[in-house]
Parts: sequence; structure tokens; C-alpha cells
Amino acid sequence: MSILEVNNVNKNFGGLKALNNVNLQVEAGTVHAIIGPNGAGKSTLLNCFVGRLEPDTGSVTFDGESLLGIKPFQINQLGVSRVFQTPEIFGALTLIENVMIPAFAKRDGAFHMEPWRSVGSEAGLHEQAMEMLSDVGLDAKADELAGQLSRGDKRRLELAMCLVQDPKLLLLDEPTAGMSRGDTNNTIDLMKRIAQRGVTMVVIEHDMHVVFSLAEKISVLAQGTVIVEDVPEKIKGDPRVQDAYLGGAHL
Amino acid sequence: MLGLNRKDSGLFLLVICLTALAPFLLNPFPEGSELAQFNAGYPDLMQRFMIFGIFAIGFNILFGLTGYLSFGHAAFLGVGSYAGVWMMKLLTVNVVPAIIMSVIVAGLFSLVVGFISLRRSGIYFSILTLAFAQMSFALAYSVLTPITNGETGLQLSLNDPRILGISQTVDGSIPAANFFGIEMRDSLELAMGGWLFTFNAGYYLAAIVMLISFYIAIRIFRSPFGMMLRAVKSNQQRMSYTGLNTRPYALTAFVISGMYAGLAGGLMVAMDPLAGAERMYWTASGEVVLMTILGGAGTLLGPIIGASAIKYFENIFSKINDTVLHGWFSFMPDGLQDFVVAIIHPFIGKGWHLTLGLMFMLVVIFLPGGLMEGINRLRIWFGKRINGRQQAPDHAPATSS
Repeated sequence: MSILEVNNVNKNFGGLKALNNVNLQVEAGTVHAIIGPNGAGKSTLLNCFVGRLEPDTGSVTFDGESLLGIKPFQINQLGVSRVFQTPEIFGALTLIENVMIPAFAKRDGAFHMEPWRSVGSEAGLHEQAMEMLSDVGLDAKADELAGQLSRGDKRRLELAMCLVQDPKLLLLDEPTAGMSRGDTNNTIDLMKRIAQRGVTMVVIEHDMHVVFSLAEKISVLAQGTVIVEDVPEKIKGDPRVQDAYLGGAHL
Repeated sequence: MLGLNRKDSGLFLLVICLTALAPFLLNPFPEGSELAQFNAGYPDLMQRFMIFGIFAIGFNILFGLTGYLSFGHAAFLGVGSYAGVWMMKLLTVNVVPAIIMSVIVAGLFSLVVGFISLRRSGIYFSILTLAFAQMSFALAYSVLTPITNGETGLQLSLNDPRILGISQTVDGSIPAANFFGIEMRDSLELAMGGWLFTFNAGYYLAAIVMLISFYIAIRIFRSPFGMMLRAVKSNQQRMSYTGLNTRPYALTAFVISGMYAGLAGGLMVAMDPLAGAERMYWTASGEVVLMTILGGAGTLLGPIIGASAIKYFENIFSKINDTVLHGWFSFMPDGLQDFVVAIIHPFIGKGWHLTLGLMFMLVVIFLPGGLMEGINRLRIWFGKRINGRQQAPDHAPATSS
């Protein structure tokens, strides 16, 4: 059963056709990678899933509900979480607060006001957030300010913020960009563990090592169109993919 | 205590003690001495400390937590004042309905202003709030004169209806503002040696209201709701992709701070039943910004310290004139005395703004976290000196209280 369905999505920026009749089906419980050269429209596509961009035509359905015309916070409340290319975290807050906020959002909804309740009395939620932090290896820094973390740590924090919500669909935009080899391997391990829990993931990634160690299915995007969609083994040898990536290298 | 953790309970108790003992603490110099003019323990000024403390505590909930810098909060204080006086004209001179109505009217007004202004953020938000406040100020002077009584200001008169009270007293004067019979101007004076302490009913009412406001602010700061407000300041984009609707959070903070401003306005007319449009002027809005930043935006105690510091300067430094200075430096030879007085002259009396401005600059440059940062640094420094003898100095965490 596909949990995310993208049908004939088009998006133009002025004269530029960023997305051209994109079709995509993401099966529930799988890791689906979207690869493609720079400017192929990967991030644009992802932005259409979370309400940051509205496609000109076409439809995006998640779990039977359309994601078009609703706000980012509503999409998240449906069970879609996103990790950004540049980590988006609450820099002025501590790590534990960073993870508790999404947990509150999941439990209490988009707006909730009970000013007489104290954060200190939320033991269950605090514990849940601490577990999530130790899962990504940041529990020792729980009381530090998130803004002071290294880039790799910020990314892992952002991942913890998404995971604490127990999302049905997790979107990752280049989760290992700018990471060292060691950090990248740690992140791959982490993502494998997440995948084992049955979380559906859509990953945009340039690092083929990451893509081939995670993805069960790969869509190749070039110039705004899905040119191939297949299992990793077949993608590797596909001449169209090499052509898209290497351009006219054989000319 | 009262659902607060140990640290917050300590802070709250400290503030309770300070406000209860303020008539003593603010009058350290004996009556008639050279330094008696630095005493701040007289009712009018102590009431101001409390009222502007409330104003700044509320402003801090908006500015300190969500980061939205409003330049129009005096409008809510002004609207609250008018609502309060009207209650005292129509209903009774008991201050309770006046204060309640001030909060309600200011809350409704801030809901409208906030709903529109919060469509923008940053400087555009500030300008929108400024525009609203200046509009209110101009309207109060012109078309709304029937409600505001224009330049004269709205005040009580002998032929007000006051349906729940009396229009005039037996001897034909306007009844005095009271709290169930206790008149706001009632004072108890206590002479001890050369010292004179004044315990004023109005001050203690304002102090109790301030303490309740402060308690509510602590609870908001420590609640999940308060955490969300800090998230608004830190990263709105992350918030919305985390499933949180940022707009109602910011709007609620705006309305709460507007209600605090209305409460301050209501207390002002409870102490002195008079409301004028100048309370809504932009300099008044700017003043509460200064108070909050000077004391420390985003801290609990900062706004009260900032408000008190500025009101102290305004009332005490402005009273010192050249004659007083000549008195202080009379031990110097004449020429030198004139020279010293001429140098200090621009900083005192009408020049108190200059002193305040310099102080503000120094604080913002050297203590970006306001006076509270200074206090915390001192605490850490003393802590290190004491602990240093027993153990290696450990890294003090940056906490805000």
C-alpha cells in the first residue's frame, strides 16, 4: 500500500519548469530515496510535500488525505516530519527543550494553553525526550543550548525532534551533507534502526554510499522529471542514470 | 510553594519580603539629613515602582519570551486608565470594578491590535504597533473627546451618577477612591528616631496586585506554554514544521501583555483618578521597552528592577538642582565649586535623561542581558571566591532567574 502518492505534479518558477509531471508512489514502511543531479528539483519536490510550496497542478496525497492547500503545521499533525538540509532547531533553547516541544505538539495539538501546568511536572514526556536524546547519542548534552552544537550534532538533534513525534512519514533532505565519514556511518546506522521500527522514509541524498546502504527503492530525478524508478541493484547499472549524472561525459 | 520549584519559590519569597518592607528599605536616610532627598520611600513613588513593575512584567511576557518588540504598549495602559475612570464615574469609587474593567477593555483592544499587527514580524510589527498607539493618542485628543475629555483629561466630578455608590459625600466633595472602605490615600506614619516611615494603603494594594502578577508570570515562564513562546522567538519555521501554529501563541502573549498594561493603567487611576492622553504617547511606550531591556529582557526579576531603576532616576535625580549641588560642594573654594557644579549640571535636574541614557548605553554595551546579567555575574563571582578556597572552581551554568 502506498502511503504517499504524487500524481502529475508540475511547478514552474517563472519560465523554469522545476517539476514536470512528477509521479511517485512511496510504499508504507519502506525507505525511498530520491536522487538526481543538482537542480533536478529534489528539494522543490520535498517542499511540495510539507506545504512550503504549492504545486501549480497535480495532487499530493498522504494516507488518503490531500496535502495541498493546508499549512505546514497541519501537515505535521497528520504525521509528516521533516529534517532540513540546514538543521532547523531552537538554538536559544536547551536540547531537552528542543525535543520536548515536538512531543508536546504531538500530544497537545497545534495550539494548547495551560499556563498553570509546569514543564517540571511532565515527567513522562521528559523521560521520553531523554530516551530520544540518548538514542541519537546526545543525552550527555541535554541541558546545553542547542545553538552551540556542532553541525553534525544539530542534525542528530533535529532527527530526534522528528522521531519523538513517532511520524508516519519522515522526510530527510540530505541528512549526511557536510558530515565526516564517521558521522555519516553513525547516521546510517541510526536511520537503519529507525527503518526497522517501520517508519516510512523519503530521503534526498547525494552520497551514493548512504543511498545504497539504506534505500529499498530509488527514484532518479533529472530536469524536473522522474526518469527511472527501481530497486537499487537495477539503478546502479542503468545507462539513463549515468547519463543524467555524468551529462555528456562520453561525448 | 504554590506549585513553584525551590529556586522560583525562593525568588518569589524574596520579592514578597522586599515589597512588604519597601517603606523601610527605601528610606535609609534620616529625615532632614543631607541625603534624605535620595529616599524613595514615599507613597507616590513606591506606587509607581509597583505599577510600572506590572507594566514591564507584562511587556516582558511578549518581548522577553516571543521576541516581538511592541512600540505601542502605552496605548493599552492609556485605554485601561480611561476604562477605570469611567467605572469610577458610572459605578462606584471602589477601585475593584475599575481595575477589573481596565484589564478587560485593554485585553479586548490588544486582541484587535495584536490580530492585525502580528501579520508582520520584526521591524514592521514594531511600526504597526507604534502606528496604532499614535492613532489612539491622536484620537483621544480629537474625535474621542466626549469619552476622553481631550486635553483636560478624564476626571471625577460631583455630578457623576455612580449608581452603586454616591455622587458626592455629605460635605459636598468627590468621594475618595477606596478598596471596600480603605481609602487609597490613607497612610500610617511611623517615626523612629530621626526616621519617618510611611505605610500607604494604595501602595500595599498595588504591591499585592504586583505580587499576583509576578506569580502568574513565573507560572507562565515555567509552563509548556511559556516554552512555546520562547520557541516562537527562537525559530518560527521549525515550530510550524513541528506541528505548532505560531500565530495564536504570539497573539495570546500579546493579549496577556496588553492585559498587564491595562492592569497597570487601572491601578494608576485607582491611586489617582485621572486619565490623560499623554499616557499613550510614544515616549511612554518607549519607556517600558527601556525598563525591560535595562533590567533584562526574558528574565523574571529584570523588568521590575528596570522599572524601579528608571522611576527612581526620574523622580530623584530630577529633583537635584544647582542649589543642592552648591550645598554638597560648599567645602570647596568658590571658583572650584562653580566649576564642579557646572560640570555636573547637565546630568541632574532636567538633565536626568542624560544620566539615564548613559546608564542605558553602558548596560546595553557591557551587560547585554541587562542589570540581571550584572547581578548573576556578581553572584557567580562571589560563588567562585567562596568555593575557590574549598574546591576547584567549577563551571557555573548560565541560568536566568
